[in-house]
Amino acid sequence: MQQIIFFIQKYRYFLLFIFLEIIAIVLTIQTHSLHRSKFISATNRFTGSIYEKTNGFSELFILKKNNAQLSQENTRLKNLLAATTIKNSNSFLDSTHSLQKFTYTNAKVTKNNFRKKRNFIWINKGTKDGVTKGMGVINSNGIIGVTVDATKNYALILSILNIDSSINVKLKSKRHIGSLTWNGTHYKNVQLNDIPREAKIKIGDTIVSGGESNLFPEGIPIGVIKNFDFDRNFYENINVVLFNDMSAIEYVQIIQNLHKKELDSLNQYISNE
Amino acid sequence: MNSNLVKNSIRFLGLVFLQILIFNNIYFLGYINPAIYIAFVLLYPLKKERGSFLFLSFLIGLTIDIFSNTGGVNAAATLFIAYIRISILNFILRKNDYDYILFKLKSLSLIKIFSFIFILTFIHQFIIYSLESFYLKDILSSSLKALYASIFSSIILFFSIQLFSKKK
Repeated sequence: MQQIIFFIQKYRYFLLFIFLEIIAIVLTIQTHSLHRSKFISATNRFTGSIYEKTNGFSELFILKKNNAQLSQENTRLKNLLAATTIKNSNSFLDSTHSLQKFTYTNAKVTKNNFRKKRNFIWINKGTKDGVTKGMGVINSNGIIGVTVDATKNYALILSILNIDSSINVKLKSKRHIGSLTWNGTHYKNVQLNDIPREAKIKIGDTIVSGGESNLFPEGIPIGVIKNFDFDRNFYENINVVLFNDMSAIEYVQIIQNLHKKELDSLNQYISNE
Repeated sequence: MNSNLVKNSIRFLGLVFLQILIFNNIYFLGYINPAIYIAFVLLYPLKKERGSFLFLSFLIGLTIDIFSNTGGVNAAATLFIAYIRISILNFILRKNDYDYILFKLKSLSLIKIFSFIFILTFIHQFIIYSLESFYLKDILSSSLKALYASIFSSIILFFSIQLFSKKK
């Protein structure tokens, strides 16, 4: 017994060092596996509010650009609205059997990472506004990412510029489905995987979101194919240039799937089998 | 004693805010953010009792981690350099015993101060870049990045320590 006490006495700093170092490594591994630790999540509210305050200050300098962007978006939506009202002017909508599957919530980015290998985006909407874990996030130029955590006032988005991110997409013209990942090198290029060899792709083909994931509506434009290798009958290294400039995102829309519960309960059946 | 506590708390908070609000947005050459918060480890008074020093170094790293969403990467690196700080000092000064109360970093020659800062910064940056990428195949590119980042960081740290610490 005395031996043990003597041992702890002698090596107490080393033991403290090892103990704290293990905590740090465990926290690191937890972030890598995406099951985010509760500790970091709990403090999200505090860190979020600090970033929001400083962001409010730096926002002053880019007001002009933002206004231009917003008015552009406005015109686009007005044109869209005009087109649909003409088409549907003779029909009426039955509100009980609404075809609407998605609703959108507007949010502002408070902090945006794009230079690391695992990038996240903070936004200023949380569970108070109906934003929860596992919702798709887009802006007018394409897909931004998927929410991975939400507190009362803030939410954290797993950016598509994260090597752990994978998004269901398809070729706009050919209906072949693939997945979109990122290799961590450049913030304008993402990679397209799992494209079957039967698909005849060519440079300049547009990639849009596929309808399989329930996170995004089908057909949101994402980017165009920049280059690829065709080796031993397989597609390799398909690079896609994003329409979005991920280094300058300011306002985003969070997509809520109104049928998510239903779809999830169906999927539950499969996983129970 | 009490004034030391106040001084270190102010230094802790000041460095955290400087780091997250200013120095984490620099991106020199596209990816380098100078880690100035490790000035806390460099300047913390030398004591025989090292428990609180190790714990505080871990805590300042963890605070930076929470703000930049990196898990425990900074905490691990900062704790590590805090633990080996005394061995690095032994290596640079080639001695083992110190006058713990009177020891001041500023009293060393400039070249010794700079090598002390540079060695610790490089180890710190190396741990951060390799933990962040987490793949062994990236070890070469990580150490190269760490080298550039630590050169940049240690120059900034060296001049700010020269400028802002009082001469006595």
